[in-house]
Amino acid sequence: MSVIEKEITGANSEAWRGFKAGKWTNHVDTKNFIDENITPYTGSEEFLEGPTQNTTDLWKIVSQLSKEERERGGVWDVDVNTPGSITSHGAGYLDKAKEQIVGVQTDAPFKRAIQPYGGIRMVIDACKAYGFEVPDAIVDTFTNVRKTHNQGVFDAYTPEIRAARKSGIVTGLPDAYGRGRIIGDYRRVALYGVDFLMKQKQREHNETVGDGMDENTIRLREEISEQYRALGELKEMAKMHGMDISKPAANAKEAFQWLYFGYLAAVKEQNGAAMSLGRVSSFLDIYVQRDLAEGTLTEQTAQELVDHFVMKLRIVKFLRTPDYNELFSGDPTWVTESIGGMSVDGTTRVTKSSFRFLHTLYNLGPAPEPNLTVLWSEQLPEAFKKYCAKVSIESSSIQYENDDLMRPIYGDDYGIACCVSAMRIGKQMQFFGARANLAKTLLYAINGGKDEKSGEQIGPEYPAITSEYLDYDEVMKRYTPMMEWLSKVYLNALNIIHYMHDKYSYERIEMALHDRDILRTMACGIAGLSVTADSLSAIKYAKVKPIRNEQGIAIDFEIEGEYPCYGNNDDRVDQIAVQLVEKFMGMIRKHKTYRDSMPTQSVLTITSNVVYGKKTGTTPDGRKAGEPFAPGANPMHGRDKKGALASLSSVAKLPYEESLDGISNTFSIVPKALGKEEETRKSNLVAMLDGYFGSNAHHLNVNVFDREQLMDAMEHPENYPQLTIRVSGYAVNFIKLTREQQMDVINRTFHSNM
Amino acid sequence: MKCQYCHNPDTWNFDGGKEMTVEEVLSEIEPYLNYYRSSGGGLTISGGEPTLQAAFVAEIFRAVKERWGLHTTLDSNGFNNPEKIQYLMDVTDLVLLDIKHIDNDKHKVLTGVSNEQTLRTAQWLSEHGKKMWIRHVFVPGIHEDENNLRDLGSFIGTLQGVEKFEILPYHQMGIYKWKELGREYPLEGVPSPTDEQVQRAYKLIEEGRSMQTI
Repeated sequence: MSVIEKEITGANSEAWRGFKAGKWTNHVDTKNFIDENITPYTGSEEFLEGPTQNTTDLWKIVSQLSKEERERGGVWDVDVNTPGSITSHGAGYLDKAKEQIVGVQTDAPFKRAIQPYGGIRMVIDACKAYGFEVPDAIVDTFTNVRKTHNQGVFDAYTPEIRAARKSGIVTGLPDAYGRGRIIGDYRRVALYGVDFLMKQKQREHNETVGDGMDENTIRLREEISEQYRALGELKEMAKMHGMDISKPAANAKEAFQWLYFGYLAAVKEQNGAAMSLGRVSSFLDIYVQRDLAEGTLTEQTAQELVDHFVMKLRIVKFLRTPDYNELFSGDPTWVTESIGGMSVDGTTRVTKSSFRFLHTLYNLGPAPEPNLTVLWSEQLPEAFKKYCAKVSIESSSIQYENDDLMRPIYGDDYGIACCVSAMRIGKQMQFFGARANLAKTLLYAINGGKDEKSGEQIGPEYPAITSEYLDYDEVMKRYTPMMEWLSKVYLNALNIIHYMHDKYSYERIEMALHDRDILRTMACGIAGLSVTADSLSAIKYAKVKPIRNEQGIAIDFEIEGEYPCYGNNDDRVDQIAVQLVEKFMGMIRKHKTYRDSMPTQSVLTITSNVVYGKKTGTTPDGRKAGEPFAPGANPMHGRDKKGALASLSSVAKLPYEESLDGISNTFSIVPKALGKEEETRKSNLVAMLDGYFGSNAHHLNVNVFDREQLMDAMEHPENYPQLTIRVSGYAVNFIKLTREQQMDVINRTFHSNM
Repeated sequence: MKCQYCHNPDTWNFDGGKEMTVEEVLSEIEPYLNYYRSSGGGLTISGGEPTLQAAFVAEIFRAVKERWGLHTTLDSNGFNNPEKIQYLMDVTDLVLLDIKHIDNDKHKVLTGVSNEQTLRTAQWLSEHGKKMWIRHVFVPGIHEDENNLRDLGSFIGTLQGVEKFEILPYHQMGIYKWKELGREYPLEGVPSPTDEQVQRAYKLIEEGRSMQTI
């Protein structure tokens, strides 16, 4: 029986030729377009092609610029005179004649723009650190004429929040930099063209009137106007490159380019901590398939489009301060691209382009960006699983997240923002909340709210613990109210931050690529989970004696006896970790959140585990003052002694439903532990991922290398320009890490057996 | 057997280690069933020498087969007479058999005992339709003799059920354990074999094997 397909008619019939019509034809609905038109692929990687000569030539230019950038201390050039906006800079090229996909953030690649709407101080400091100076006129404008996000936040902060921020019990708050973690549905630009989207926004504006002009309605009307204007600027920006994107993309090259312009506008306008891309590869695959069928593209030219697009994503640059780099080391941009996963109807979202995107790690060599994230499902095609394992083993450049866990919650058109934060694309955004330090809070509980480093009263003046040995029940009795206090201060700070960010540094173009009515989450986070769990375990199962200074503050601890450590699949301590996650989430839920956002939390530290450790005194688990925490939800370095699977099993116990913003686990295994032969290694890694995610774990960074290789790279960085490793939730160029962070990575557990 | 290249001499002492019941061992396995299933893997018991606790091992193998249908593998030096531990062999799917040296005199020097029983075990497994992998640690200076390697090959060539043969290149990772135990390390200064040495050995053994099968 043949199905008669409805032919698409009207203005877009040429651009949409050959596509199957559906809901998407009349309404913005990218997911429906993919559902109707995707060609799932279950074969192997054998069809892939190597780089073209143009690709190799262009990558040489990028490599040369990267080298020069390193030699110039980390920044190649800054345009200090022109605050970045969608249309602030004209077109810039690597080599115009060779580039399939064009556009960089300023008028030259590697030249960074200043983005002062988040805060002028950050811009001044960043410029100064790299030997540039911001002209007085610009400083004056963003100090006296145009208020910034940063100033707004500090106008509203309470003394209590300032003190908590200074002591480091909350750290990394996006109060001086862009919050990021918003994914525009950049695919809409390619599928519909900008005019269609502007018409849609016009309609939304007309419909946003309500019964009276209350604050919410007024704000939304203003925001939609800004979104509309930003879309106009997007068209203008494309015009600067000689292209008209008012209409839908008519072929694959245009689809890549239109989509990239949408993303480029976002990174020209916003210096967000994480500027993630979404889930574009299988969307773009539909265009590639059509061109291949029409004979206008070959496998080689299709791969070239992917390579050139990915090359552009690799050179997204922001101007950031060295302080910032301490929190997020290695200059990450989190251009996260989510690959694979399954459809709700049970077919796979894997296409040939899922392979093509991963294949860029061979054609261009390994790199940390884009942050390639495989949405793993037990049902993924076997050949794709094997290929992912191969890429992981050979490049240590990809991360995995559990599609079987997320799909029931977010459907099949979600993407990952930053490291582990899932959101439905174009329908959901988050207020990024950095994280609160649970380990330091435990010390506050022991010390009656006094900071163990400065001696100042930062937390509430609850009674300190004075007994010779710490008693578990007493500690918990003091810890709970201190956590309650922390959650309150923390949420207050986040509400202020996001109010001000919306007001002074609104993400115009990213939000223009969202629906009007979206789900907002207030994405809180915790740091120091394993240190805290181990500390409580030590107090419960061993004898812990505080050593107090003359002020009566516990500055050291003597531990008598053994205690079970998190990371060995031992419920005595793993359940403490589980309870900490549940308990803090429960506290977060009690508070009012800005714009009625849904409270969530993550167990994720990025690389700030080093900074958090620095700001935290000696803890009852035996960790010394200043030593790093374990990253994310990881067990403490070297304490997970029962092998890889035991370590994974402990982390898998943390409840995702109590930590919907993600649970990050970074895992390093030596190649030999996976097996002797390549085939065995691949199938063992696949089995490990199936087993881990089958236990409802959320995320895994996979590194496969020997410690010796990293030590050699520390001594001879010139030999390892592209050595890439996974840290907490992102990948990084190893040689760009500070020495301290390199040591932290080297000291982590390298599993040498399963 | 007390091999000179032993990488876990800490397992020689019968009084060492921790006593566990079968149920305790099973409860260590249970949390990882997900991984056993996804890998299509199974349970391997090595040692020390697991046949020294044959009854215990057999009970574990029987239980993991009954409860979870796992594949079972025994990593053994073959020094124990399989006739006497047939009840263990009955619940073993695969035997990893170490042949330390094909030349009996050299075997005695290396391990302190004769290789006759190990070779008989291999033949017994072959005759009883058991699957095995033969493994051979290669130490430079001890296992290099051309004739020995060919002999080893032709011995393997007489066996049925050999699914895999592999050379385990000698490594020095066990040295620190000898030192910790206050023992003198007999192979002090012996390097790991080069890739060329290992490839040569494979080639000679293969020659011996194919001559046998022709």
